Amino acid sequence: MAEMTLIEAIRAALDEELARDERVFITGEDVGKRGGVFRATMGLIDKYGPHRIIDSPLAELSIAGVGIGAALYGMRPICEIQFADFIHPAFNQIVNEAAKMCYRSDGAWTVPLVIRAPYGGGISGGLYHSQSLEAFFTHVPGLKVVIPSSPHDAKGLLKSAVRDPNPVLFFEPKKGYRLIKGEVPAGEYTVPIGPANITRAGTDLSVFAYGMMHYYCLKAAEVVAAEGINVEVVDLRTLLPVDRESVVASVRKTGKALIVYEDNLTMGYGAEIAAVIADEAFAHLDAPVKRLAAPDVPAVPFSHPMQDWFMPNAEKIAAAMRELANY
Amino acid sequence: MAATAVASPPTLNSRLPTDLSTETLLEIYRVMLRSRRCDERAWVLHRQGKVAFHISAIGHEAAQAGAAFALRRGEDWLVPYYRDLTLMLALGYTPRDFYLGLFGKKGEPSSGARQMPSHWSMRSANVVSTSSPVATQIPHAAGIALAIKLRGEDKLCLTCIGEGSTSQGEWYEGLNWAAVHKLPMICLVQNNQYAISAPVEKQMAVRTVAERAAAFGMAGVSVDGNDVLAMYRAMKEAADRARAGDGPTLVEARTYRITPHSSDDDDRSYRSREEVEEWKGRDPIQRFRAVLEDAGLLAVEMHEQIEADIKAEVEAAVKFCEAAPYPDAGEGLYPVYAEQITSNK
Repeated sequence: MAEMTLIEAIRAALDEELARDERVFITGEDVGKRGGVFRATMGLIDKYGPHRIIDSPLAELSIAGVGIGAALYGMRPICEIQFADFIHPAFNQIVNEAAKMCYRSDGAWTVPLVIRAPYGGGISGGLYHSQSLEAFFTHVPGLKVVIPSSPHDAKGLLKSAVRDPNPVLFFEPKKGYRLIKGEVPAGEYTVPIGPANITRAGTDLSVFAYGMMHYYCLKAAEVVAAEGINVEVVDLRTLLPVDRESVVASVRKTGKALIVYEDNLTMGYGAEIAAVIADEAFAHLDAPVKRLAAPDVPAVPFSHPMQDWFMPNAEKIAAAMRELANY
Repeated sequence: MAATAVASPPTLNSRLPTDLSTETLLEIYRVMLRSRRCDERAWVLHRQGKVAFHISAIGHEAAQAGAAFALRRGEDWLVPYYRDLTLMLALGYTPRDFYLGLFGKKGEPSSGARQMPSHWSMRSANVVSTSSPVATQIPHAAGIALAIKLRGEDKLCLTCIGEGSTSQGEWYEGLNWAAVHKLPMICLVQNNQYAISAPVEKQMAVRTVAERAAAFGMAGVSVDGNDVLAMYRAMKEAADRARAGDGPTLVEARTYRITPHSSDDDDRSYRSREEVEEWKGRDPIQRFRAVLEDAGLLAVEMHEQIEADIKAEVEAAVKFCEAAPYPDAGEGLYPVYAEQITSNK
């Protein structure tokens, strides 16, 4: 076991999968000599060569589209979209092509493709380097959507994503790339795509989150624990398919649910989790299902006071936990 | 590089290619005629109210047959578009396969009757599934060609598209990859002069689609798309270039869409009957028939026999598909994910 940052764990997963399977290659903007703008692919071109670490033209839809083609041929492409905010030109390729290929060919063709994209705010990225876009893609049958929140899970889930026979969107909380550290086993292990993970057991209320918000939820749970509020924290990890069982089981235990996400509130991922709870755990609820999310403005503003106002954080989450616990 | 040529004069070049046997020439003719008769029957079925939708390849037979026979069929890859009926029949798709799609019947081979007709897929022949939004297939072809190159295999990827769709960004981004990485890829643009109602001059300010190849740094050639032998030669050259590692080619087949865009379109609102009649006079099948007859390869009796065989084949296929069952509604539930694939495809 070694302590790693989130980005180091992601790099380790990429390295190990490139070594394991010669069908795996990486493409995206600046992934070669530069090693990616966040350094996820740092050093990989020296180890694996420019035919496995391929600098793409500056054109996101083609990164996804070329990845789809290579996957159809039998390769295992890992495509990097430099910032999730730039994924929109590739939306048609991801939603109309990758996601529908298996269904529309009655299973004759599949797209074993991973698209990695750093997402999220709090890094002075303004409107177009801060977005959280998971809800656009979790609406799409045929895709899998994964967001890790710890180095351990990042490595294990990314390895699972590379081996998955379906298109997997792998959103990485970029604010946590160097901030989030944790123990990571050396060498081979995977974390399965699908199950959520109870990262802190509790009895008073359930908090559901993923990515950076999960990290803050653990911090907030610690703060309110000192005040006698016993919070259960569930790291959803895989957003699609939805792990309904874990969500429902936790709410049945605690009777209260708070969902935290840094995307803007309305029609966000938390709406689906709230609906699952209403549907399958209604009789166990002792309080309204609550969501804590970003305000309904187009994206994260740049200037610090506005950015801080936009972003959910440990203090805001702790306040929401107290309010729900006291309901 | 970047050589753009407007090849082939307006009259049919009747010099037969020396690398095609008589059997192959007649097979090309048979495929073109089979495509035409299948297509005409589909229009009749639509007028009879028996099928919901048809999108036609009439007029495109030479462009597609010329392309098909320049491929190593079964080895090379194809990312087609919806007008590629002739190409599909040349690659082994059968009239029965086509009509199962037209009727939306159980076991339809491209999509299990999930997609509209003419949304081809045939894994056994390396034909990739296609969708309806145009030009999405071009980056896929580049990705396939990239994989071929990464693996060092002696194959190529052909993709087809209409001239209107070359206005899409996906066309540019896909071809740019092919040029940057010198990929073994051919993009065949079937320029039938109309994107539904929009004539080609509303799509582009250049004289030919092929001129655009210069912007990518790839070879481009514009061919009389109603001359199957000229098409074969241009495609063969492009295939040789791809196999030699000399990169992609943009081949433009100049042709004409004889029918409305689809069975839901009425072309009388945007083009004259005289124009359509003029192009009917340049029918690619009649032109090829004349070449074969001139060369003494196709006697009248032989032509009539081919016609009779195709008619019987088409009628048998229509009869079979009309009587075939529909899919169970529950088949619509799967396979959304690869884990749900249960068939032995």
